[in-house]
Amino acid sequence: MSTLRTEEMTLNMGPQHPSTHGVLRFVIRTDGEVMREAIPDVGYLHRSIEKIAEKVGYHGFMPYTDRVDYVCAMFTNQAWGMACEKLAGVEVPRRGEYCRVIAAEFNRIASHLLTVGLMGMDIGAMTPFVHALREREMINDLIEELCGARLTFNYMRIGGVAWDLPPGWRDKALAYLEHLEPIVNEFNALFSYNKICIERLAKVAAIGPAEAIDYNLVGPNLRASGVNWDVRRDLPYSVYRDFDFEIPLGSGEWGAIGDAMDRYMMRIRELTQSARILRQALMQIPDGPVLAKVVRNFKPAAGECQVRVESARGDQGWYVVSDGTSYPWRVHVRTGSFAAMGMIQKLSRGLMIADLVVLIASLDVIAPEIDR
Amino acid sequence: MEAAEIYALVRARFPDQVVEIVEKRADPYAVVDPHAIAAICGFLRDDAALAMDCLNNQSGVDYKDRIEVVYHLFSYSHRHSAVLKVRLPRDNPSLASVEPVWNSANWMEREIFDLLGVTFHGHSDMRRILMPEDWPGWPLRKDFVEPLEYHGISTVRESPIIRLDEKKK
Repeated sequence: MSTLRTEEMTLNMGPQHPSTHGVLRFVIRTDGEVMREAIPDVGYLHRSIEKIAEKVGYHGFMPYTDRVDYVCAMFTNQAWGMACEKLAGVEVPRRGEYCRVIAAEFNRIASHLLTVGLMGMDIGAMTPFVHALREREMINDLIEELCGARLTFNYMRIGGVAWDLPPGWRDKALAYLEHLEPIVNEFNALFSYNKICIERLAKVAAIGPAEAIDYNLVGPNLRASGVNWDVRRDLPYSVYRDFDFEIPLGSGEWGAIGDAMDRYMMRIRELTQSARILRQALMQIPDGPVLAKVVRNFKPAAGECQVRVESARGDQGWYVVSDGTSYPWRVHVRTGSFAAMGMIQKLSRGLMIADLVVLIASLDVIAPEIDR
Repeated sequence: MEAAEIYALVRARFPDQVVEIVEKRADPYAVVDPHAIAAICGFLRDDAALAMDCLNNQSGVDYKDRIEVVYHLFSYSHRHSAVLKVRLPRDNPSLASVEPVWNSANWMEREIFDLLGVTFHGHSDMRRILMPEDWPGWPLRKDFVEPLEYHGISTVRESPIIRLDEKKK
C-alpha cells in the first residue's frame, strides 16, 4: 500500500464559532486532525475601555468596569474601587467590605458554574449545561435583589457598596448555600466523574508549573499546575483574612499535572470553598454603614498604584496612574484571559482540533476580558 | 525581600543604568536605562536571591513629553514584587523586548505596540493585536484623534439628545 499524500491546510475557526466563548478567531494550520498550530486573532470585542477611563472620571468609570469581564463583574468593580481607594487613602467601612466579599464570592460561584456547564457543552454534553445554568440562575436572582442587575452589576462604589443587604436576604443566601452543596455532588456524579468526561479531558494540554508562571497564567489555571498561590490568601485584601478556607491545587490525579481535567476540577472544588467563605461572611457580617463618605468630585493625589484581585479568572492586575485631576491619567488592566490566550498558540502544537475546544474551555477564556 | 532592597541590589549590579529610585510612594519603583532593560530583567530573573520568575504586568503610559513602559515583576518562589520603568522619547520609541526573559511579554508588548506605538526589538511577532492591522495612529496616545470613518464605516454616531435640542430651536 502506497502512502497517502497529505498537505497542510489553513482553516479558519470563528469569530462566530459557538465554542469560542465570545468573539474569538483562530487561524488553524493543520494536516488532518492534528494541528500544526492555532494562531489566535483577538480584538473583535475591543471597546477601548482603558481609553474611556481617561474620559469619564473615577466614579463614572465604575459601570464600564462591569464590561471588562461581564461574567464576573463584581471583581472588576471591586478592583476599580480598591485602586481608587488606594490612591486616595479612603477607608472602606467593615460592613461594606463584607458586602463586597459576599457579592464577589456569589459571583465566583456563578462564574464557575457557567464555566463547568460550558465545558460540558463544548465536549458535546448538553445536560450539564442546563443543570449548571439552573443553579446560576438562582444566584442571578439573589444578586438582582441585591443590586438590581443580573450581569453588569455596578454594585460597588469607591468607598464601599451602593446598597446594604436587603431585609431577609441573608437567610435566602444561607438557604441557597445549603442547597448548593448537594448539587455539586450531583453534578460530579452526573458529569465530572463520568468516564467520557474524564477520557475527554485528562492528559489534554498539560501545563507544567514553571511554564505556567513563565506565561503568567493566573488563578485556577495556575493552581491546576500545582502552584500554591491565591491572592486572597497570600496578598490578603478586603476582609479575606477573617475567613478560613482551603486553596485547591491540581495534583495530576487523572494523568498529567495541569491538564484540562485538573483545570476543570479546580472550578468544581472552588465552588465548595466559595460557599465556605460565604457561610462565614454571612454569619460574621458586622453592623454599620456600607459606604464611606467620598467627595463627588473625586480627585486622588498624583501618583500610581497597582492592585491585584483574585477574580474567578485569576489574579487581575489593575495599574492606575493619577495626575491629581478628576480624570485618571492611565488605567491598564491585565486580565487572566489575556495571559491564557497568549499561551494557546504554543499549547496548540500537536493537539487535535477537537481538543482545541477543550483547551479554550478549560482555560476559561472570556473574549471581552482579552480585548477590553 | 522589600522592594527597596531589590532596587539596591539592582543598583549594585548596574550602577550606571539605574537612573532613579522613587520610594516615597505606595508602590516604589526604579527607573532604568532603556538600553539595559533586557540585561536587568535577565539579572532579576536569574539571580537566586531575587528570582523574579513572573512578569505580572507590562504597560505603557503616555506622559505627553515622554512614554514610559512599566514592568510589574513578581517572584512566586520568594513572594516579592518590584516595579521597573523605562522612559522613552515620544518620537519613534523603541527598546529591547523582554520576551526572551519571560514569554508572557509576547502579548503584552504587542498590546503596547498596538496602542502606544512602542516598538520592541527582538520580539518574535511584532504585529498589532487589538486594533485592525491598517488602523492609523496609536489610540492610547494623548494626542490621538479618532478618524471619522474607517473603510467607509462611520465611527461617530449622531447623539439623539443633541437632535432633540436642535428641534426645539
